[in-house]
Amino acid sequence: MTEPAPWSGEPRQIRSRGGSSSANLADVLERVLDKGVVIAGDIKINLLDIELLTVKLRLLVASVDKAKEMGIDWWENDPALSSKAAQRAERELAEENERLRERIAALEEHRAAPLEAGGQGTGGAETGPGAGEETAAPAERPAAREEDEK
Amino acid sequence: MSAPQEASYVYAVARPFAAEAVAGLAGVGGYPVHLVAHEGLAAVVSAVPLHEFDEEALRANLEDLGWLEEVARAHHTVVDAAARHTDVVPLRLATVYHGDERVRSVLAEGRASFERALGRVAGCVEFGVKVYADPATRTPAGAEKSSGARPGESPGMAYLRKRREQRDRRDDTWRTAAELCDRLDASLAEWARARERHRPQDASLSGESGENVLNAAYLVADGDTGAFLDAAQRVRDSAPEGTRIEVSGPWAPYSFAGVEALEGTAPEASEATEAPEGGRP
Repeated sequence: MTEPAPWSGEPRQIRSRGGSSSANLADVLERVLDKGVVIAGDIKINLLDIELLTVKLRLLVASVDKAKEMGIDWWENDPALSSKAAQRAERELAEENERLRERIAALEEHRAAPLEAGGQGTGGAETGPGAGEETAAPAERPAAREEDEK
Repeated sequence: MSAPQEASYVYAVARPFAAEAVAGLAGVGGYPVHLVAHEGLAAVVSAVPLHEFDEEALRANLEDLGWLEEVARAHHTVVDAAARHTDVVPLRLATVYHGDERVRSVLAEGRASFERALGRVAGCVEFGVKVYADPATRTPAGAEKSSGARPGESPGMAYLRKRREQRDRRDDTWRTAAELCDRLDASLAEWARARERHRPQDASLSGESGENVLNAAYLVADGDTGAFLDAAQRVRDSAPEGTRIEVSGPWAPYSFAGVEALEGTAPEASEATEAPEGGRP
């Protein structure tokens, strides 16, 4: 029985049963990753990730060592394949989101001030028709935008 | 120290068979293999520490080609061993549940689909068949004439002529290979229950010379494997220069396990040939 130890890097020689050729890694990966029944496990693998992975692997495999020798390391930087890269991309996205939110908040704050004043103004009705229209127009816009978002 | 939480890694769903057949195997991570049986179905399972196969670990590990190779080979070894004893439907790598009870309920819930899939591959094995085309190995007609400049020919003209000859040779090789694929498929289909076409493997990294122009899998009944391999051998022996046929297997019926069938489409879906998806990457 093999000790459940970290992989030593020594590829095991495994032959397909009585076959005319040994099972090469490209063939094995093609089947175990891409074929076979897909049923939902309790542990969710991002299927998109794994599918992208297999696409890339089609280009890549047969020999992991050969790939390493050739210095092929796209998976280190490809967001679809590398959680590190993905995390970096996500962080950048989150930061940008945050900046945009702040900016929107600032803009809305800026706009909200005259609106509140306008609301009181139309309620009063003494300010005249001209003043009322002026304040009613911006009041409709945020409402319309909320509709759009729904 | 408390024992780490365990999870159940499932390799395949099979007709029940003697557990001893897989008992001595080292599964993924070197962990032992056992069967989880439920009413005429058996899942081939390893108990693995959850922390090695949870979402976070898998996300990281699937990018590690060393890990991936080891797990893929272990997965394949177990599927293969089971397939030697009974009909199996291999599951995709890294299908993991929270314990054997969950596995049992998956067998119960998916029973109809598993039965259909098992019925489709019953008594069959899969063979992989690849055709390679390699223009470089093809001797151009009148090769001796094409070398060097001809009398009165400028270097530029000679260059253009050589390029043209190269191109013709390549086109010719593709045509020859395409004809070979048709001929091969016609011979093999006679002995096969179903056929699936996989995407060609990229040759630049596979270490194989030539370009993989056909990458197919055939589902063959146990009794027909001899005839199937003979047919392949006959076509292989007559393969034109510049082309090459390779057969691998027998494999467990990975390519015919019927992904679609489990989603509710008709079992005949397995007969359909996957259209090659527009152009190679």
